[in-house]
Amino acid sequence: MAKLVTTEEEVMLADAARGFLDDAAPVSHLRGLRDAGQTHDAALWKSMAEMGWAGILVPEDAGGSDMGHAAAGVLAGEMGKTLVSSPFIATAVIAATALRQASDTRATEALRQIASGDVTYALAVDESAKFNPEATQLEARREGNGFRLSGEKRFVVDGGNADRMLVLARTNDGLTLFDLPTDRPGITREAKAMIDNRNAALVNFDNVEANGEDVLGEVDDAMRVLKPALEAGQAALAAEMAGLAAGAFGMTLEYLKERKQFGIPIGAFQALQHRAAHLWCECEVTASAILNAGRALDQDPENASMAVSLAKARATETAQLAVQEGVQMHGGIGMTDAFDMGFYMKRARVATEWLGDYGYHANIIAQARGF
Amino acid sequence: MTEDADQLEVFRSELRDWLEQNCPASMRDSGNDEGSICWGGKNWDFTSDDQRTWLQRCVTKGYTVPTWPVEYGGAGLSRVQEKVFHEEMAAIDARYPLQSFGIWMLGPALLHFGTHEQKLHYLPPIARGEVRWCQGYSEPGAGSDLANVQTKCEDNGDHWLVNGQKIWTSYANKADWIFALVRTDKDAPKHKGISFVLIDMETPGVSTRPIQLISGVSPFCETFFDDVSFPKEQVVGEINRGWDVAKYLLTHEREMISAGGGSMGGGRALGAVLADSETGLCDPILRGDAMRAEVDTLAVELTLERYKDQSESGQGTGDASAMLKYMGTELNKRRLELVMAAGGAEALEWDDGRAPNWLRTKANSIEGGTSEVMLSILSKRVLGLPG
Repeated sequence: MAKLVTTEEEVMLADAARGFLDDAAPVSHLRGLRDAGQTHDAALWKSMAEMGWAGILVPEDAGGSDMGHAAAGVLAGEMGKTLVSSPFIATAVIAATALRQASDTRATEALRQIASGDVTYALAVDESAKFNPEATQLEARREGNGFRLSGEKRFVVDGGNADRMLVLARTNDGLTLFDLPTDRPGITREAKAMIDNRNAALVNFDNVEANGEDVLGEVDDAMRVLKPALEAGQAALAAEMAGLAAGAFGMTLEYLKERKQFGIPIGAFQALQHRAAHLWCECEVTASAILNAGRALDQDPENASMAVSLAKARATETAQLAVQEGVQMHGGIGMTDAFDMGFYMKRARVATEWLGDYGYHANIIAQARGF
Repeated sequence: MTEDADQLEVFRSELRDWLEQNCPASMRDSGNDEGSICWGGKNWDFTSDDQRTWLQRCVTKGYTVPTWPVEYGGAGLSRVQEKVFHEEMAAIDARYPLQSFGIWMLGPALLHFGTHEQKLHYLPPIARGEVRWCQGYSEPGAGSDLANVQTKCEDNGDHWLVNGQKIWTSYANKADWIFALVRTDKDAPKHKGISFVLIDMETPGVSTRPIQLISGVSPFCETFFDDVSFPKEQVVGEINRGWDVAKYLLTHEREMISAGGGSMGGGRALGAVLADSETGLCDPILRGDAMRAEVDTLAVELTLERYKDQSESGQGTGDASAMLKYMGTELNKRRLELVMAAGGAEALEWDDGRAPNWLRTKANSIEGGTSEVMLSILSKRVLGLPG
């Protein structure tokens, strides 16, 4: 196992990303989208694709930069710091990882389109309020050489604007993953605004036609393709949340130094100093789990489940603590819409639920550790 | 393979052979309770002939203090060789031949601040396990405010004269010598009038009294100095600059305490430890709390690993020891609370053995600097908060 040390390349990638995002997508960019009633910025994604971010997990011969999961985590972390809203995780991480598991020419072409930024994906797995892929009910019934899909998917993040969807469906002897265009006849999407200014679509499948070409991986064996993709997405989301925590903590620390009450900076009060120091410790410990998950996915992806769940569980806890302490330590101003901390709190809540909450991932760890 | 890697493999294979031939079978059980490893000193009762033999054999190779220079009783191993040493010891589950505050704390401080003569005089007996040291830092009025040292040390012409009291002196009643902080200038600002001195516990006027703890054992003592005189040369570093030595040594102490933090219960998963108990993990609330503790344990262990990797790669770790000490010890307390909760009434009997361990962990977040002191250090030095 490589050392748990950030490499020079990773530091350079983070610096380059920070430079770009501070200019192109500070928190005020998200606020601007929200005020304009928009949930995504296609031009921003195009710029990211031009820098190679959309193809970070795409092989070089399909036009990607193929830098690996730890590098994807570095980018996600930097995006988290300023709450950048983009199709990065669903498209560049989850869909790209799923497509890489299938090595046919159709998959290679799809990867090429991801890397170029021409096509975006959404993940259509959830059907209830909690993440639970194994409980999928949406049915793909055999008909001739093909399938007919009927049912409903919820919480399809970016589902309102994505070009394609990975759809998990129940088939005769298990689960099957379909890769479908969102404009396929029979699919209706209702984009719902979420608290974090992303959209999550309610997607209805009414006897939607699909054929063998639309199946990603093997029929009745979705998890072989989907599991690595979900793990990659969970690790990247964890990295985003750790970045979110760092961003919220940075704002709070600055405020502790400049805000004066009773004639002195509030950061001179020990009650607040200890809370801030504790939060810093939690961020440091979580950073180890994030780095470890990236290394595990890059070096031993077959056995990365526990490392990934540890990262998502820890990042969830730390992000929640960071935004709650962030609002409390800012006092009244932390409650105002004019101030950014509320955006951090709302994104943390959504990211907590997406791809499995704390309990979901803690259970995976507990099982691996003999509970 | 490079020449260096070749040499390292030769070292490994020679070491492996040596261990195979010299480590007695009964010492191949790295039992981690405090009595199973030799602490050395004049008062040490070897628990077996094997324990004595193993110590003597390691002493001849310098393996009690593998990284110390050969002239001071060590084996002069490099950092990579040291890693190989620990790997090969672990491979046969060998007990460490010797452990002591001399090895962990005084030795590193002397190597850094001592004169050549002091190193030659004090280090080899530590390496041979002949002299056992204790640490005289805390005083009844100087706990967290460690620099508020009141034990008075006066220049009495050709010797020093000490009067005062220390507290929480670990194993003072079993130690041969003490390294202590004393006040040599009462008019200077409190950090500037402290010296770091070495005193033979057999000197007239030195006495100790064990303190019985809530866990039923007495690892700590009160140590009294009544008109104790000792030679002028038994000062480490400059007079009145003992705080520098003390701080250096504290960093080593915190790393030692936090390293123990993640691996209580022999490094086993908390779930497995709890599943052994009669009630097991059927209680959903207990199971949930244990899962949280397990998640945090894994992450803290990774953090220890990350900081080690960072310092080996030459990246600084700054004031990380305070973070690791705080997180590791608070977590350890949580883990032992869960062990007790899972044990239920069974764990309440003294003979069961869980209760003393549980009670012992309560000191983890006090000794070597309290959790609150660690947070204050971090808020000032890392976060730059005013204060």
